Amino acid sequence: MTFFVKRAIRDIIGNRLLNAITIVIIALSIIIVSAFALVVVNTSDLIISWKKGIRIMAYLRPDVPNENLQSVEQEIKKMHGVQSVLYISKIQAMDLLKKEMKRHDSLLDGLSENPLPDALEIQMIPSSRNREEIEMLATQIESIPLIEEVEYGRRWLGRFANIINLFKLAGYALGGLFFMAAVFIVANTIRLLLYSRQEEIEIMRLVGATDRFIKAPFYIEGLIQGALGGMIGIFSLFLIFIFICSNIEQTSSFGLFHIRFLPFDVIAGIVIGSMFVGWFGCYLSLNQFLKS
Amino acid sequence: MKELDDQTATIRMYHVNKRYGSKNALFDISIEIFKNELLFISGPSGAGKSTLLKLLYLGEPVSEGQVLIDGMNLSRIPRKRIPFLRRKFGIIFQDYKLIPSKTVFENVSLVLETQGQKKRLIQKKVKSVLRTVGIEERLDSFPPSLSGGEQQRVAVARAIVGNPEIILADEPTGSLDSDSADTIIGLLKGFHQRGATVIIATHDKELIEKTGGRVIYLKQGKLQPPINL
Ligand SMILES: Nc1ncnc2c1ncn2[C@@H]1O[C@H](COP(=O)(O)OP(=O)(O)OP(=O)(O)O)[C@@H](O)[C@H]1O
Ligand SMILES: [Mg+2]
Repeated sequence: MTFFVKRAIRDIIGNRLLNAITIVIIALSIIIVSAFALVVVNTSDLIISWKKGIRIMAYLRPDVPNENLQSVEQEIKKMHGVQSVLYISKIQAMDLLKKEMKRHDSLLDGLSENPLPDALEIQMIPSSRNREEIEMLATQIESIPLIEEVEYGRRWLGRFANIINLFKLAGYALGGLFFMAAVFIVANTIRLLLYSRQEEIEIMRLVGATDRFIKAPFYIEGLIQGALGGMIGIFSLFLIFIFICSNIEQTSSFGLFHIRFLPFDVIAGIVIGSMFVGWFGCYLSLNQFLKS
Repeated sequence: MKELDDQTATIRMYHVNKRYGSKNALFDISIEIFKNELLFISGPSGAGKSTLLKLLYLGEPVSEGQVLIDGMNLSRIPRKRIPFLRRKFGIIFQDYKLIPSKTVFENVSLVLETQGQKKRLIQKKVKSVLRTVGIEERLDSFPPSLSGGEQQRVAVARAIVGNPEIILADEPTGSLDSDSADTIIGLLKGFHQRGATVIIATHDKELIEKTGGRVIYLKQGKLQPPINL
């Protein structure tokens, strides 16, 4: 085994340029594919955090009497999918707004009358936090006469989910495409190597080498190319990621949402996938070459 | 001369024809070669000596006829078994067939590596055989930097290092001075004495006379009736 590894490493060093080009191309494919993975991972995070914060705001008509308020609350609580209902008076709402605006709250002092409505904040049970049920519940609440308006991230949610699905799809398609391209490139490199050693391979066969003996170092070479390409690709993406992140964090705060790099298991998966590309490229070339 | 009749034939050829394209290189060859025989294949240049050897290790397929080695019909041997057939042979190729990008040591050790032998053992065997053919000081040289005679000795070393049952030597002394040639022939005879079958293709009549052994003659691809030397 070490014998084959040594032979493979010597091959790589002996054919530096060809191997370097192959590794760079694998790395580029990996960067593009894992960039998609990165976006998908982070948007899924976003959905999860968003789902946690899912709530419906129901704004009451002005001057609803207290006892009516109680019955509205009760009515909503009985609806399917509702976890809790919290009353937020317009005074509380104003306080919150002032807190959020911090230094600019003097602007609000100028108001003679509180323009905010009283509101009910409705939390949903986790299993009902999906678009269909939210929309259903929202229309149900909206039909209560004392409710003036219902608000929830409806436009947001629908469109966002669609975009993420589209992205995933594009990721898979591009992944497939780059997989094929990378396999093709590795196959080609190995084919060139094979041609450059045709004489050597022929002699090895004449002195009794089996196909397996001849193939082993090429397979190891393919695996090394794949592993190096994969790791360089991921590392480059990581550098790009850090660069972009440091720029984003300066310009705007994302608040609750925290961007993260690919988790370790995804990285491992990508590197293994990349090694598979190297192996598969070899497999294609070797089988074709040694048949002749 | 040895008594051949009561010995088993290790190689049999039945009505073998070999054509390269439309050119007939061997024509209706039928021979038996016995275990532990020392056999010369002689004849002028282009007679088909090298071709005959190639048919034995499947360097070339026959066009017609059958070749049997230890009872195996070569035309029926599966592709996967060919390496194992070749390990029966130690072959000194007429054009040496050394790998230019590997050192002398690596060229010779390759044979043992393909057989999966232990590294330590390989070291020992290769060094010893290189000493035997008198080229141990060129261990780390690459074949293109060697003289023709030196390359030939490396080729001999590679052929004998695996202790093969059958040695096929195609003009093994072609590039050697008479002293080195004597050494090599002495080596091959030694192998023969230890039980190997040795087949030497050469047009060097003097060498044949000096060495002794059965001789078959080829001329334009045809087997000639035996002539007494
Ligand atoms: N690969 C080949 N393709 C076409 N013709 C070939 C091939 N190899 C050999 N021949 C032809 O077959 C004939 C026999 O060749 P071979 O090499 O067996 O002769 P030989 O007896 O070994 O000659 P020499 O003593 O010069 O080595 C020659 O006429 C040669 O030109
Ligand atoms: Mg010849």
